[in-house]
Amino acid sequence: MSTATILHLPNQATATIPKKNYITAEHGLLSWLLTGDHKRIAMLYLISITFFFFIGGAFAGLIRLELLTPQPDLVSSDTYNKFFTMHGIIMIFLFLVPSVPATLGNFLIPVMLGAKDLAFPKINLLSWYLYMTAGVVVLTSLVMGGVDTGWTFTTPLSTHYLNTNVMTTAVGVFIAGFSSIFTGLNFIVTIHRMRAPGMTWFRMPLFVWSNYAASILMVLGTPVLAIALVLVALERTLGIGVFDPTKGGDPLLFQHLFWFYSHPAVYIMILPGMGVISEVISTFSRKRVFGYTAVAFSSVAIALFGFFVWAHHMFIMGVSNYSALVFSLLTMLVAVPSAIKIFNWAFTLQKGSLTFETPMLYAFGFMGLFTIGGLTGVFLGSLGMDIHLTETYFIVAHFHFVMVGGMLMAFLAGVHFWWPKMTGRMYPEGLSKLAAVVTFIGFNLTFLPQFILGYLGMPRRYHAYPQEFQVLNVLSTAGATVLGVGYMLPMIYLAWSLKYGAIAGNNPWQATGLEWQIQSPPLTENFPITPIMDHEAYDYEWLAHKMEQEGNDVG
Amino acid sequence: MANTVATTHPEVAHHAHDEHVVLPQHRHHFETEEQQREAGSFGMWLFLLTEIMFFGGLFFAYLLYRNWYYPAFAVASNQLNVPEGAINTAVLISSGFCMALGVWAAEVKKKGFLVLMLVLTTFFGLVFLGIKADEYHEKYEKHHIPGASFSTAMFTHPADFGIKEEPIAPDMAEHTQLFFFLYFAMTGMHAFHMVLGIGILFWLTWRAHKGEFSEGYVAPIENFGLYWHFVDIVWLFLFPLLYLINRHPLH
Repeated sequence: MSTATILHLPNQATATIPKKNYITAEHGLLSWLLTGDHKRIAMLYLISITFFFFIGGAFAGLIRLELLTPQPDLVSSDTYNKFFTMHGIIMIFLFLVPSVPATLGNFLIPVMLGAKDLAFPKINLLSWYLYMTAGVVVLTSLVMGGVDTGWTFTTPLSTHYLNTNVMTTAVGVFIAGFSSIFTGLNFIVTIHRMRAPGMTWFRMPLFVWSNYAASILMVLGTPVLAIALVLVALERTLGIGVFDPTKGGDPLLFQHLFWFYSHPAVYIMILPGMGVISEVISTFSRKRVFGYTAVAFSSVAIALFGFFVWAHHMFIMGVSNYSALVFSLLTMLVAVPSAIKIFNWAFTLQKGSLTFETPMLYAFGFMGLFTIGGLTGVFLGSLGMDIHLTETYFIVAHFHFVMVGGMLMAFLAGVHFWWPKMTGRMYPEGLSKLAAVVTFIGFNLTFLPQFILGYLGMPRRYHAYPQEFQVLNVLSTAGATVLGVGYMLPMIYLAWSLKYGAIAGNNPWQATGLEWQIQSPPLTENFPITPIMDHEAYDYEWLAHKMEQEGNDVG
Repeated sequence: MANTVATTHPEVAHHAHDEHVVLPQHRHHFETEEQQREAGSFGMWLFLLTEIMFFGGLFFAYLLYRNWYYPAFAVASNQLNVPEGAINTAVLISSGFCMALGVWAAEVKKKGFLVLMLVLTTFFGLVFLGIKADEYHEKYEKHHIPGASFSTAMFTHPADFGIKEEPIAPDMAEHTQLFFFLYFAMTGMHAFHMVLGIGILFWLTWRAHKGEFSEGYVAPIENFGLYWHFVDIVWLFLFPLLYLINRHPLH
């Protein structure tokens, strides 16, 4: 491995953080809570989703602790059900869905497009308040005793058989949905209407493309989740019968409505992460992303196909054989645009001048783990395999490979990559590389055993298991501990770097995006004068030329 | 910078209007007012798209159960009050017409006419809700509100109520409850959107009265108009689906 780096910091003896920037523009708590600035809202989101991430993570820790032994010894089965339900609901609706779009996307999309802000700053702030309200409501349901439906709100379990706080949690998720709708709506309008002169669709960074695709899913999918939850609430309170077989209703209808959102939701979660990976891989290979157009369209293709695969969650629920066949086929089609991305990233790396800074390490982690997660998804899309593997730990491992191995790695890659831009300071390089490696090792130790457990037939959502599964479960729990350390580290050293990190300068990575051509941290209005985009995305020759000219100017 | 695509640059359009006056409502992060207006209406269209998906779930449920329990849905649908529904359709279209005139009034800066049209829009909206409430009350009297007091007697023994219709089997008649639930959910969700809309109408009327929309800033009126027409259109689908299709097919 080469020790070379493209890191290019200003002389630390003379460098200072620009006095005028979005952080120093106004002071006091109210100036943050009432802000319309997309960058400040992004920071509010970053703090809040980190908070919920660690709460969701605590539940994961408790689950793994219970599964250390075959006997149900730590908690009762009801409590265990609540643990995995709260873990799922918090991680999915309060962390994964808003993770990259609401933090990095919020911060970067206007800057990448050369705009001063998102199209609707007040709606952007409203969406954060909705998010916080949803978070508080979900925490309330937790304090009042929790909920044990699983994050899927499966009927008739959720409507007829449980006395836990289903209503409160459903209200929380309903509100979180509107937060996500408003974020998506804001992004789509911004991308359509706020691009700087010369910023054509095919000059946009791929991060913007992937967030655009995710926004389409948010806007079209989330309302269906909303109506599904409204119907669950009415069924539970008034007994209206729409999901109740005794009154002629059909529980399968709920599954259709729920998964019509919740399958596209996994693409809402992963697509923005793929955008981060495109930016990182290009920057640290010093090459334009191979097949830019194909990668851009593959995001849209994933969004489009994503709407026609939902019934693959229902193969064992009594859908007809013919529709199962069709949905199985369509599911495999999603693998095509995903593979396009992976292959194009691989070709971007080929003959690039690679360097291995922290974001790149996380990006490599993403590529490996997402590929495994994606390919096991094809296993599960095949009808025969699915009947054997569904509802086992194989599903759990598959989902976590895509979402934790994929999305969380991408999120951390993005946070490290843009940290100097967001805060003006560098994180400690050595420690962050250690964290990336620890996360990768911990992740594999946690979830690889779960593939084997699932294949051997260990069902998910039980807090006890036969003796012979213990070795693999202990491995998994040990891995979760390592993974926990891997996630604690960045939180600590990133907080540390806010005060003590090296001053980053405008463009520490020598990257080409518009966001790197302005000061770090940016001004409130991002650009003093409206920029004009006169080159393609990822044009390193343009950048070299520009830096040469600036060097001459100084000389 | 020579090869810059400058033709789409909003600045160009901006300078085209020499006598252009900057409106106080122009927000700093938009290059031009035109961009702001386009962004606003595009956002509104997208929001309406989410509304279509939201109602779509209910329409889907309705069509599914209508196919499954066709006889129950047919007899239950015959109990809806078609004259009142038809009047309501006319009332709602009048309301939408006034709204459209209101948007025109704002665009040509006729303040008095705009206020009048907004008041009329609100008035017709309230009339609609009043008639709807009367229909709901009728359902209450007929024991057609799903729940403990729901009665299928009218469908199992239609002759007792003077209804000239074939009786349907008791187990199928149970499914009329599903029809009435969907009826209340769909028209109720529609009415809820109207109540929200009427709330916004009061606010807009007050602002129009202060003259806020008479100086060329019409975006709120336009965007609300889109919303109001959307609510109308939902009703235009609900009315035939719930009240009209296949009336009296069992004769």
